[in-house]
Amino acid sequence: MPESDPIIRLAGVNKWFGHFHVLKDIDLEVARGERIVIAGPSGSGKSTLIRCINRLEEHQEGTIVVDGVTLTDDVKAIEKIRREVGMVFQQFNLFPHLTVLENLLLAPHWVLGLPRAEAEERALQQLTRVHIAEQAHKYPGQISGGQQQRVAIARAMCMRPRVMLFDEPTSALDPEMVKEVLDVMIELAGGGMTMLVVTHEMGFAKSVADRVVFMDQGQIVEQAPPEEFFAHARHERSRAFLSKILG
Amino acid sequence: MTAPIPFVPLPARAPPRAASGLLAWVRRHLFGSPGNALTTLALAGLAAYALPPALRWLVGSAVWHPDYAACRALDHAGACWGFVAEKWRLILFGRYPFAEQWRPLAATAIVVAALVVTAIPACWRRWLGGVWVLALASFFVLMSGGILGLARVDTGLWGGLPLTVLLTLVGMGASIPIGILLALARRSELPLLRALATLYIELVRGVPLITVLFTASFVFPLLLPQGMRVDVLTRIALGIVLFQAAYMAEVVRGGLQALPKGQYEAAAALGLSWWRTQQKVILPQALTLVIPGFVNSLLSTFMDTSLVTVVSMYDLTGALRLALGDAQWRSFFLEGYLFIALIYFACCFAMSRYSHWLEHRLNRWTRR
Ligand SMILES: Nc1ncnc2c1ncn2[C@@H]1O[C@H](COP(=O)(O)OP(=O)(O)OP(=O)(O)O)[C@@H](O)[C@H]1O
Ligand SMILES: [Mg+2]
Repeated sequence: MPESDPIIRLAGVNKWFGHFHVLKDIDLEVARGERIVIAGPSGSGKSTLIRCINRLEEHQEGTIVVDGVTLTDDVKAIEKIRREVGMVFQQFNLFPHLTVLENLLLAPHWVLGLPRAEAEERALQQLTRVHIAEQAHKYPGQISGGQQQRVAIARAMCMRPRVMLFDEPTSALDPEMVKEVLDVMIELAGGGMTMLVVTHEMGFAKSVADRVVFMDQGQIVEQAPPEEFFAHARHERSRAFLSKILG
Repeated sequence: MTAPIPFVPLPARAPPRAASGLLAWVRRHLFGSPGNALTTLALAGLAAYALPPALRWLVGSAVWHPDYAACRALDHAGACWGFVAEKWRLILFGRYPFAEQWRPLAATAIVVAALVVTAIPACWRRWLGGVWVLALASFFVLMSGGILGLARVDTGLWGGLPLTVLLTLVGMGASIPIGILLALARRSELPLLRALATLYIELVRGVPLITVLFTASFVFPLLLPQGMRVDVLTRIALGIVLFQAAYMAEVVRGGLQALPKGQYEAAAALGLSWWRTQQKVILPQALTLVIPGFVNSLLSTFMDTSLVTVVSMYDLTGALRLALGDAQWRSFFLEGYLFIALIYFACCFAMSRYSHWLEHRLNRWTRR
């Protein structure tokens, strides 16, 4: 895989939920190390788009290639891609019956086959990175929402993914906890991680993103570097969205 | 100028009523409201009216020796525990040969000991499986004999408490894993698998246990090829397991459905395979949720085993009926039933309390 090739390539992707055409002719290329923010009104298909990349949703037309592996029904290909792609959800989705540390150990041990000690070392390293090592032995229900989301990021990072997908990672948080999560994401970006972030945090987009992808009604309406997108959005729909969200 | 208003302190408020202690407890729980107080008084009155004669019958005027004449003379004015004293070995061990009855006693004790060990979370280790292999092996060796110089005892003669315990244990032990598989199959994405599981569960749930037992006992042997015989106890146990599994499947399915979709998605996004997801993420949560359902099934299996009397097996209830077959003692059935009711109650109460405790303990993670 030459380093210059895009790490993610979507070409002519279409998806329907029943009769509802949720993704329409999506073409998108993501370079290695690129930080992309996906914005758009509610229901525009942002979540569906990134969920297609790790096959939480199945697309019906077009091709999706992740790090040289084409997504098909082949379970092996899906598992390979899921090992390379980490995901962070709006609702954290930590496993409540496992401690923070066990949440982090699970996949490295059972998916990558790392011995427990090595998996544990990796887990503690990631927990330190999100500034939460002291909570390792608590259950998710015993820590705050912001802490839970940071654990969720650490859990995904334990697989040493090449791409991280974020689906509105701060939308379920109390306002005072948003910053601690965004800070962790900014640190990740600084480390060169390829990131696709669905978010309404336009401050984050301005300071971190290389490109903003604006979606509406299942289409990518426009994509541009943040300075350009926020200052002179070309499309009427983008401008309407921006005026609403920036007030 | 008006005279200064003299300072008059307000009278001190009464101290709050004691919030703890026996008196406070009684006040809050027994006399908390007019309705409560009325109920308390009514029940106390009923107890005062009914308890003394009941105690007199149960204890005061009761006959404790296996003395038939004394029991007759009493004419039911007191309990005749003499019947139980005379027949307890028949009630507890059924038709098992009298001289060999230490064997079912030892066998049951071993299995109950294994159960107690299993109930202690600190013992939930790999070796527990070994404990059960040993316990069940010694149970069967002791019960059926034929080796180690023990006389052979046909399974048709097994009865009483050991039979009840065995059927309950096997019924639960085997139906839980089968039920889990059925529940997973019923929620599978493979249409054929899903259809088969659904069909099985709905069919079995539409049939009473007694029919299953009849089929296992009388119809099933007819279907076997000529010359092949399956032991009656095995057939009955199999029938109970297959019956119970359908109910277990529905209990487990309830737990599976209660889990949010996000748990599956998070596991999938981490690359966990389907089996690992079930094993490490889904089932531990779902099974904890349905402990009350499991215990419900456990208790009903424990008592449903008494249905095996219809196919000539004598569990605890059946063995009592054997004991009542003695014309002399027949009129003292009430004492007999009270005796086995006490055994059933003690077992069920213990299981129920244990499940409460276990549920609480396993749910630590939901408490903040
Ligand atoms: N499983 C599903 N079945 C049917 N329709 C769905 C399903 N999931 C999503 N949709 C619909 O598809 C459309 C796009 O959903 P999606 O979640 O991708 O939007 P979104 O841009 O992420 O919106 P939001 O900002 O509200 O999260 C919505 O209209 C939604 O109702
Ligand atoms: Mg969304």
